[in-house]
Amino acid sequence: MPLALRVAQSLSEAAGILAADSRTTLLSGGTLVMRDVNEGRLIEGTLLRVTDPAWRQIQVSGTRIELGAGATMAAILAHRELAFLHPAARAVGGPAIRNMATIGGNLFAETPYGDFAVALLALDAQVMVLAGYGSPRAVPIEEFLAGRARGEARLVASVQFNRPVAPGDFRFLKVSRVKPKGLSVLTIATHLPGSTSRIGQARVAYGAMAPLPVRARGVERALEGKALDAGGIAAARAAALEGTQPATDAIASDWYRREVLPVHLGRLLAGQS
Amino acid sequence: MAKVPVQFRLNGSDRAAFADPADNLLTVLRRGLNDFGPKYGCGQGTCGTCSVLVDGELRLACLTLAASCEGASIETVSGMADGPNLHPLQQAFMEHFAAQCGFCTPGMLTAAKALLARNPNPSRDEIIDGIAGNICRCTGYEPIIAAIESVARGAAAGQRR
Repeated sequence: MPLALRVAQSLSEAAGILAADSRTTLLSGGTLVMRDVNEGRLIEGTLLRVTDPAWRQIQVSGTRIELGAGATMAAILAHRELAFLHPAARAVGGPAIRNMATIGGNLFAETPYGDFAVALLALDAQVMVLAGYGSPRAVPIEEFLAGRARGEARLVASVQFNRPVAPGDFRFLKVSRVKPKGLSVLTIATHLPGSTSRIGQARVAYGAMAPLPVRARGVERALEGKALDAGGIAAARAAALEGTQPATDAIASDWYRREVLPVHLGRLLAGQS
Repeated sequence: MAKVPVQFRLNGSDRAAFADPADNLLTVLRRGLNDFGPKYGCGQGTCGTCSVLVDGELRLACLTLAASCEGASIETVSGMADGPNLHPLQQAFMEHFAAQCGFCTPGMLTAAKALLARNPNPSRDEIIDGIAGNICRCTGYEPIIAAIESVARGAAAGQRR
């Protein structure tokens, strides 16, 4: 039986439909799911569209930011108060893809896609998930990504995180062979509170350096309490590879990714990217 | 599975077609409405030759669910010319030899149109970013960039038709 289509007017209705039928696939921007349809990987079950405007809302109030999972990369780029996230949103595809690809969809993108999720990981985002009817539940993004790897399917309503105190505290770098749009050789996002003096609660995340976006805990430890000077950057570079498990794919070999990661991390921390 | 009706404005005309529930917009345009302007290239969002405007927004028709376009205004490359008069971008593509095999051209023209609609006077880097989602394997991109630049500069000088 070919694919069917259902439309949910609200997020809770969508969550209920998804919970009741494991063969239902949520269609967000279409850049992942429609590709699976076109390539014959998704041929049975039901596609579910959500028309709830709340799913696409972006709310910035004080230090707290909430991005609806249905908000697109283009919507992020159109939001002046989210300028610190613009490099991460711009890293996703060309203009047409950015008009379609959503925050929620990016959380499900397989490596080497999913650059925006790397930024969210460095920002310690909380993923608001709906499992069946009820209120959204906050799940730390690391836990969410681990659940995704186990095949857990949950409806993402939004992501929440705190705005970096100083604009320079958050940095993002995507390394690709094709400019300006190409798949990721590797992606690095850093959130270094106190980067102008002593760093506290450093968060560093990698994309394409493991099967999922991962925290660079060795780098975080190396930077804790340090200044972002030559000594701090050297310590970060020395710890750069801890916990990485890159793949060899059409873009780069695992060896190449390991070789260039410390170089690009050093440049990003030094403000040379 | 029953077909679903889809109605939208296509290049200024009201059109309707029956589609499978999971059909993408490109399938409906090409097979349902005989608009062969947008091309099927990769089907995965890489090549951009299926680019169309949905309510003025650049999208990839191969990744857009047709049913989600109900009531929308769709513009394709087929609607760019005004009768026998080419759109300035089409004229510039001819004059700058920006089309060789021509397979990328519908998407390039549509992406360029979207770019100039939101940024009438783009820099060279902005033009490169504007067509970053469209692959050309013939021209090396320079003639395409030059064509778009010429239209932008002409418009800035008040020469756009």
